[in-house]
Amino acid sequence: MMLEVSNAVVRYGAITALHGISFNVEAGEIVTLLGANGAGKTTTLRMLSGLHAPTEGSITFEGQDVTRTKAHDFTGLGISHVPEGRRIFPQMTVEENLEMGAFGRRGSFSDDMEKMYVTFPILKDRRKQMGGNLSGGEQQMLAIARALMGKPRLLLLDEPSMGLAPMIVETIFRIIGEIRDSGTTVFLVEQNAAQALRLADRGYVMENGRIVFGDSAANLLTDARVRAVYLGEAV
Amino acid sequence: MRAFLRHPAVRRFVILAIAMAVLEVMTGPPGSTDAPTEGIAHSFTQPSSFFGLFGTLRWVVFLFLALVLWGVASLWAWRGASIKSTLSSVTAVPRQVSQRKVTRRGFGVALFIVALFLPHIVTDPFWHAAMVEQIAIYVLLAMGLNVVVGFAGLLDLGYVAFYAIGAYTTAWVTGALPTPPLFHHALNAFYAIPAAIVIVMLAGVLLGAPTLRLRGDYLAIVTLGFGELILIFANNLYGITGGSQGTGSIPHPSIHLGPIRYQWGLDPVPYYYLTIVFVALFIIGFTLLEHSRVGRAWTAIREDEVAAESVGINPLKYKVMAFAIGASTAGFAGAITGSQLIHIFPTSFSLLFSINILVLVIFGGMGSISGVVLGAVLVQTVSMFLLHSPPSGYQSADLYIYLGALLVVMMIFRPVGVLPSRRRKREIGLAEAGEGHMDEVLTGDTP
Repeated sequence: MMLEVSNAVVRYGAITALHGISFNVEAGEIVTLLGANGAGKTTTLRMLSGLHAPTEGSITFEGQDVTRTKAHDFTGLGISHVPEGRRIFPQMTVEENLEMGAFGRRGSFSDDMEKMYVTFPILKDRRKQMGGNLSGGEQQMLAIARALMGKPRLLLLDEPSMGLAPMIVETIFRIIGEIRDSGTTVFLVEQNAAQALRLADRGYVMENGRIVFGDSAANLLTDARVRAVYLGEAV
Repeated sequence: MRAFLRHPAVRRFVILAIAMAVLEVMTGPPGSTDAPTEGIAHSFTQPSSFFGLFGTLRWVVFLFLALVLWGVASLWAWRGASIKSTLSSVTAVPRQVSQRKVTRRGFGVALFIVALFLPHIVTDPFWHAAMVEQIAIYVLLAMGLNVVVGFAGLLDLGYVAFYAIGAYTTAWVTGALPTPPLFHHALNAFYAIPAAIVIVMLAGVLLGAPTLRLRGDYLAIVTLGFGELILIFANNLYGITGGSQGTGSIPHPSIHLGPIRYQWGLDPVPYYYLTIVFVALFIIGFTLLEHSRVGRAWTAIREDEVAAESVGINPLKYKVMAFAIGASTAGFAGAITGSQLIHIFPTSFSLLFSINILVLVIFGGMGSISGVVLGAVLVQTVSMFLLHSPPSGYQSADLYIYLGALLVVMMIFRPVGVLPSRRRKREIGLAEAGEGHMDEVLTGDTP
């Protein structure tokens, strides 16, 4: 098991955001977490990336307990987080953004930079431009490329399709597939359930801070409850 | 009308006219309690008494001055635009950049040489003292605060505390305090420098580690409190600091290195040389630091703390580092001041002092080393000039009114400072347009 979360409870003051959730991710998978606004998806990712430690329960990554690990130590462990809203460095060039992605690494990373330019050709064209001057889709690609510069074994993606045109979402999802194929495990939080399930191997569904069920992506796609709530079909 | 006012040439003239009007009031006659606005009115309508323009009405003189400056500024802008257009037509950009670096370095060396000869050019003893106590030391302090405010983006309103700790540490090590010296016998003031740096750095870490989790305004309040706390300690711990009476006499440093024997004394000029050598070293050091891994981490934290964390930067660690480096610079400045002024008093370390340094940093351009150095030299020279040959009715406390006015004017018209760093300029531009994540906690979706 690559990542295992068991009975994690997260509280913001008096409000309980996650009521003891459990799930796992196997190496080489794309696992998606679905849910409506406010279901606790982002909180789950914040917890996984060390921005908000759970008050109860545990998280293990490759057999190591990472429940209390701080956000900035995660890249060193092999987990990179693409935060919600992309959050690239607006006043750094594309190249500098990618360099920042390799901040925790020692030694040369120019090979990896070249690899990123192969995966995301648009970033090569924009190499010397400011991150803040890129379009939303380009920023999302930059955010993913920056995370990959940390050489993660597990990539956490928070709503990569947010605010993007359908065609760009298509491209982003194709690239996420390629990332998995090249050996990086992906944990994907998405609102765009149909697209996420077509790409993913497995999925979990969240409601009100609980994981209500999980199954293979193929089964979820045909599941009546999922179809009714997330794919907008009449039952 | 709006479009007309937005035109850069018009805008420039309006700014200069306002600046000249402020200068006019600054140098004008005082008002009286019965007619407080009279001074302002008179500063426009009275005949002038300077520039060989006796008899000409003051407002005419200043309008003329504004026009001259406007002409110079317009020429400058026009030249800048033409350079820019030639630059963009040249394809070999990297060569241009390295050339610019070389010219900048040459310019720096030239300025240093000018600074070395300055005491021979300006021979007035007032200016000799001012050059050390009020200019060179302030340049050091502004550069140190720039690391905290400009590089790491942390607002520190209690910077004076570190300066005070540096000065008092010097007094302590050299045996000028009522309390026994640090190493049991009094040492040469030179040994006080490393001691002051280390102790102030420790103070920076001690204050920084628990408080740097705070953001923006909260940090400013905590540092403000720290500054006041140190002042109160210095004032009231009679047995340790000498209280409001100040310290005993701190000896001047001396060198006994084989054939080299030198004793610093009452003459400020040797202190001036000592200080500007260190200013040069600090400029080189901070420039290297800015472009190092640490500098890039600071930039990342300043731009987006969450993103910085997501790439593996520990924000707290780098903020504490910025705090400690900024503090130790102040500690160094405090050590030099202590031994130069012989006695130090708590009253020198008031809140106004921190604000003064902050004004220098903001005026020069946050995050830009050359800007901050220039800002400190300019502002301090003008304020020393006002002290040395005050216009009629000027009192030394008035300075803060003008510094305040300067800050307001800068914030409205040129928040990036006179000589901004390129990155900082863009960041502030973005923040003004309401974009970027400069200091926000929640996610915002940039288009």
